[in-house]
Amino acid sequence: MFSKTNNNLEERIVKVILLILALTSVVSLGLIGIFIFKEGLPFMVNYGISDFIFGMEWDPLNHVYGIFPMIIGTIIVTILALLLGAPIGIAVAIFLSLIAPAKVTRVIRPMIDLLAGIPSVIYGLFGMVVVRAMIRNLAHGPLSESLPSTYQTGYSVLAGSIILAIMILPTVITISSDAIHAVPSEYHEAALGLGASKWQSIATVVVPAAKSGIITSIILGTGRALGETMAIIMVVGNTVAIPALGWKGIFAPVRTLTGNVALEMGYAGPEHRQALFATGIILFIFIMILNSITLALVKKED
Amino acid sequence: MKKTLLFLLLSLFTTVILFGCAGDDSESGLAGDGDVEDTNAGETGGASGTITMAGSTSVQPLSEELAAAFMEQNPDARLEVSGGGSGAGIQAAQEKTADFGAVSREIADDETGINTYTIAIDGIAIIVHADNSVEDLTLDQIKQIFAGEITNWSEIGGADEEIVVVSREDGSGTRGAFTDIVLGDIELIQSALIQNSTGAVKESVSNEVNAIGYVSLGGLDDDVKGLKVDGTDPTAENITSGDYPVARPFNYVANEDEDLSELAQAFLNFVESDEGQAIVEEQGFIPVN
Repeated sequence: MFSKTNNNLEERIVKVILLILALTSVVSLGLIGIFIFKEGLPFMVNYGISDFIFGMEWDPLNHVYGIFPMIIGTIIVTILALLLGAPIGIAVAIFLSLIAPAKVTRVIRPMIDLLAGIPSVIYGLFGMVVVRAMIRNLAHGPLSESLPSTYQTGYSVLAGSIILAIMILPTVITISSDAIHAVPSEYHEAALGLGASKWQSIATVVVPAAKSGIITSIILGTGRALGETMAIIMVVGNTVAIPALGWKGIFAPVRTLTGNVALEMGYAGPEHRQALFATGIILFIFIMILNSITLALVKKED
Repeated sequence: MKKTLLFLLLSLFTTVILFGCAGDDSESGLAGDGDVEDTNAGETGGASGTITMAGSTSVQPLSEELAAAFMEQNPDARLEVSGGGSGAGIQAAQEKTADFGAVSREIADDETGINTYTIAIDGIAIIVHADNSVEDLTLDQIKQIFAGEITNWSEIGGADEEIVVVSREDGSGTRGAFTDIVLGDIELIQSALIQNSTGAVKESVSNEVNAIGYVSLGGLDDDVKGLKVDGTDPTAENITSGDYPVARPFNYVANEDEDLSELAQAFLNFVESDEGQAIVEEQGFIPVN
């Protein structure tokens, strides 16, 4: 009797403590949100929200704060990173969960986990020294006739996207392959039984069944790409300008929203600082939209 | 439920009290250590305690060297040097969050409430790739290049290649100094690559034959070529004599309402001594005395 009440009490204490801990994360999210909006929103309203978002020029010394080129920069780098990274990631996920022998999976899986653990500044160094140099050789060599000189340095959308593509691989691979694993093996077997080849079964039955998980993995990868800062600063050149339209644009140097905050926060005066917080608000909104899409997808699935 | 709440409250109180005690303990422990250090200090003839410094990343490497030498003489003294930028240095002095703020530019008129000690002068070297045939530019040509009015090396005696301009980020002390000295009211060309450290600028320029950038004189090395400006080499002698036009002061600033701590004063004296100024020179900057 005594021990039972004791157990109950223990249970309840643990529950309450866990609840408090869980609330901490909610509270910190709230505090971060409030803090960023409190610091940045008044500035944005004062300056004019559309002037801020659609302004083409960023010149803090002269109190001009337009972040449109950085919004475009962020979007282009992210989209290109997805175009490069997502197909590879999904292919690896399919290979690991359906095709590769267990031995191979056992070797590759830990490596992918390791990839996720490499600090982003290391990706940046690699990008700056290796990827940028390769792009420079291409842009300054065979393509030098058609590119303006500022697009020939290798500091470019492409360099940023390649690095980001590698960085989002672990996210895409892990979540996609979990989703593919979750598809009941009967689907695959039934398709084979109906005379489909292994590849037909994968392409027309298994992968479509895991669609929402795969899409979720891509969206989470997008979140990672949007938020990446250090590696990006080191390879994209940080020029505040909208890239040229067309294929040449991928060789253009750009600045991302995260890069803008990280580059200038250290030195910023009061108004400049607020403008950087306002940049943070835009990023925050980007991420919230992405997460809402993920949530909606997960709900639809349920 | 009431019991649980009571229990929780009790445990909370206990935790608070325990932590409070721990805090007191560690504080008194530290003070005790300090006392011990003081007695030791009497024997070695040094000062003890901690000096904090924050501010310009251009001054930081020099401050660290000075601090290392100072700590060699005063083994019980500790100097914590952190970055943050010139603006942060002034703020730290105004808000007394550090003993010294480091500022790598002239102090503006509206930056009040601080005492300024100039510890060194820094030249800014205009750098190009080692293979670039251009050797000498006028201040006006440099201005036109960074403003985007001169866009091809052939216009200033180089190869027929477009110029790639590399600059620092907005707010950087080096960029501020460069803007003040070279550009004035004219705006930097929009297509300039922006790098956020001396090292990154050098990396860009040493990898790009057509690039031009600028770094602290202390950051100049054989990876890149420092251009003559108005016919003078970027050397310490030329800056001291006033011949080389692209230069700026390195300042320590401290709150004017509060006397420097004994230790901070000792450090400042060391920096301004011949010994300290010798280190300034060793690091590639120009001594003030």
